[in-house]
Amino acid sequence: MELIYEKSRSGRRAVALEPLDVPEAELNSELCRPAAAPLPEVSELDVVRHFTLLSQRNYGVDSQFYPLGSCTMKYNPKVSELVAAHPGFATLHPHLSSAKVYEPVCQGALELVFETERMLAEIGGMQAGCLQPMAGAHGELAGVLLIAAYHRDKGNTHKRTILIPDSAHGTNPASAAMAGFEVREIPSTPAGVMDFDKLVEALDDTVAGVMMTCPNTHGLFEPQVHEVAERAHAVDALLYYDGANLNAIVGKCRPGDLGFDVMHFNLHKTFATPHGMGGPGSGAIAVGERLLPYLPGPRVVKSADGYTLETIPKSMGRMAAFFGNFLIAVRAYAFLRYYGGDGLPSVADNAVLNANYMFARLRGAYQAAFEGTCMHECLLSAVRQADKGIHALDIAKALLDRGFHAPTIYFPLTVKECLMIEPTETESKETMDLFCDAMLEIAQLVDVDPDSLHAAPVTLPVSRLDEVRAAKDLNCACLA
Amino acid sequence: MTWIPVTDSEREEMLGTIGVNSVEDLFAAVPEALRMRGWDMPPGLSEMALRAHMDALAARNKTDLSCFLGGGYYDHFIPAAVDALSGRSEFFTAYTPYQPECAQGTLQSIYEYQSAVCRLAGMECANASLYDGGTAMFEAATMACRATCRTRVVVDGSVNPVWRRMLLTHCAKLELDIVDGADPEGAACVIVQNPSFLGTVRDFADLGERCRAAGALFVVVFNPVSLGMLKTPGAMGADIAVAEGQSLGLPLGFGGPYLGILAARKKLIRKMPGRIVGETLDAQGRRGFVLTLQAREQHIRREKANSNICSNQALCALRALMYLCLMGPEGLRQTAQACHSKAEYLKSRIAAFAPVLNDGPTFHEFAVRLPRPAETVCAELLGRGFLAGLPLAAVGAGEAGDLLVAVTEKRTRAELDAYADALKEVCCGTDL
Repeated sequence: MELIYEKSRSGRRAVALEPLDVPEAELNSELCRPAAAPLPEVSELDVVRHFTLLSQRNYGVDSQFYPLGSCTMKYNPKVSELVAAHPGFATLHPHLSSAKVYEPVCQGALELVFETERMLAEIGGMQAGCLQPMAGAHGELAGVLLIAAYHRDKGNTHKRTILIPDSAHGTNPASAAMAGFEVREIPSTPAGVMDFDKLVEALDDTVAGVMMTCPNTHGLFEPQVHEVAERAHAVDALLYYDGANLNAIVGKCRPGDLGFDVMHFNLHKTFATPHGMGGPGSGAIAVGERLLPYLPGPRVVKSADGYTLETIPKSMGRMAAFFGNFLIAVRAYAFLRYYGGDGLPSVADNAVLNANYMFARLRGAYQAAFEGTCMHECLLSAVRQADKGIHALDIAKALLDRGFHAPTIYFPLTVKECLMIEPTETESKETMDLFCDAMLEIAQLVDVDPDSLHAAPVTLPVSRLDEVRAAKDLNCACLA
Repeated sequence: MTWIPVTDSEREEMLGTIGVNSVEDLFAAVPEALRMRGWDMPPGLSEMALRAHMDALAARNKTDLSCFLGGGYYDHFIPAAVDALSGRSEFFTAYTPYQPECAQGTLQSIYEYQSAVCRLAGMECANASLYDGGTAMFEAATMACRATCRTRVVVDGSVNPVWRRMLLTHCAKLELDIVDGADPEGAACVIVQNPSFLGTVRDFADLGERCRAAGALFVVVFNPVSLGMLKTPGAMGADIAVAEGQSLGLPLGFGGPYLGILAARKKLIRKMPGRIVGETLDAQGRRGFVLTLQAREQHIRREKANSNICSNQALCALRALMYLCLMGPEGLRQTAQACHSKAEYLKSRIAAFAPVLNDGPTFHEFAVRLPRPAETVCAELLGRGFLAGLPLAAVGAGEAGDLLVAVTEKRTRAELDAYADALKEVCCGTDL
């Protein structure tokens, strides 16, 4: 398909702008660009058709089953989009929260921030929430920086290490390192959980914190999570909860009750805000008692006169200029109020039920990565298929041809030929059955017609793309 | 629940397939003692009740004010096609394009966005987006440290003071030396902002030269709409250019989601954070796009990655691209010219009774010193239907009387006149 730049025709315009109603002001030519920016010159219809056609080259949750493990691609309710587009939220200037004088004109927004942070803290079993972090990884960074602020305040200058299991998302070690910590990896046991003895061995006096995901990326609840918290706290190390997999336990148990000191929520996963081709999401955090004094500021508090902003004396500082991805929080707030405390546990119940149902249907044809039941996602290994020359990648591409988005593949790195399937609670049994039928059919093709799988996908606008060429003959922009 | 499609009879069937008696059996791994005992959450609402509740909340925000508030975030016109197109669910319900064959819409749009950023800012490469302007500036600083193997980050006084605070927060535990000023000697980078936080426009080309001579990278924070008129970061010798992309078709939204723009010289591309899309061919020789240079990223390199970023602001980048396509070269020039001309008109009217603080020409924003506390003046002007501007003391960037005033193309001459009259009256009394 042509690039929008290739559709450009000199002199073509899309938008009629208002004629200038004041005298045109000059600016010294040395401060100005010599020629207008070389942007495309296109009509509105050119733009509309271009992007409509581009959109049709995408799979999305609204049109395809999207069981991308670890990403929680659930349905995003339309009412959340509607309320986020409300001019009462969408047109609100962010600096209204910068000066006291403007607090009276943004009370609804401040209340929404306050209530969302309060509900998140409640769901997490924590003391307080904070909407500032703008994505899960940003929440992780906020969390480890909070841990750093805690140790700095206590004079724990020797605390320089963060322990992270080998099954963790790559963002965990990256966030810890980005904050300035050393990272030490804790291996998993063959059963797929963190090796508790190895953790205890590593928990020396230099350890500032431990980052855990629970259930972990193997789809398994960490059975000794409470003991980990006790051991960590015994050496004044704090415990971070990666909320990426919160969908499995929301309303069933709470990270704060499990012993965690700080966590992030992926509002775009658990609370159904759209993933937007990669973002924006939201990585709101919540903290327990130990980290409460260090929260990013300022904070919205409720007073007799309404909602107001308060600075936090020992605050770690600012993760965002304002309240993070506020309009994402509006969608999450709407979701939380829609489901309510009575409805939220059904999220985890059905997410776990669906994952186990797919696991049960598929674990004969594909090897189960781990025994027993799983939580919200099931991990299969295509090792048997790989022995016959068909890899997880080939299976993924064959699924695309059958109208499904592929599961996450080759992650976690701890599982060979991994296919990580997360159906979420919003998918119907028929959809899951169709997907499982396709997976079983593909498993049969491995024996009878493997070449058809090597060729996949054949139904999409492009077939397999040459990634080596992309990196070698680097072309990352169409320059003027 | 409305969105749980599995029926009771299907549930029984599924439990049978799994081989357990109840859903609770699937949670056996969660120790009984750690189960939730109850929580303080409101009960669920119907969609109708929810919408009424949200309307009531939104009604407690006042949005019918004439806006002269800026400070890095601006009330610009957004063409209807931006909402219509970015609201297509094939875009917003997709995720990161891990399977490129079913994500060519996403990938080509990101490639076109990267191209638009380069064309706008006069740079050679750009990433797929970061969270916002402040985090983009932080990423630029650490990118410069990686590229130069130096640890001193020099921040010029022109930079947004809130972003400077964000930089300090994000770098709190890194062994970096973050200093104020513009001295490139021994520095990893010097960061400047043009127009400055107060709206002052400069040509920083000389500083760009001095940075090059000192082996420091030159980081320029720019305002995207201003580049409809102003000299580009590339033309000033920027090695890295970053911006808040909100002004490119994103609603103000009380702080986000926004768009962190980061562009660089091509030799620095392997030091860049975040996703990058590159062009390639498929097995049949057709053009296609993929995520490339992924060995920089967290999912491959873990603790050795350039950044921890995973989710970015792709949908916001798409909106920015659509905005730039709809505006085109002439529309963007006209928009910038309108912002500038209207601001100059208002500035000359206000300068008659309150001194302007900028020490040079300004673009679409300027600071004035009022004879009364700015917060008091703003409170009185609120009553007259104006968001009068940003009291600079509130963000630690001025004295009590200092007010930052922004003007966009959306303000009419009648609004500018009414605002100038009201401000004069509130500051100097009615006896004019």
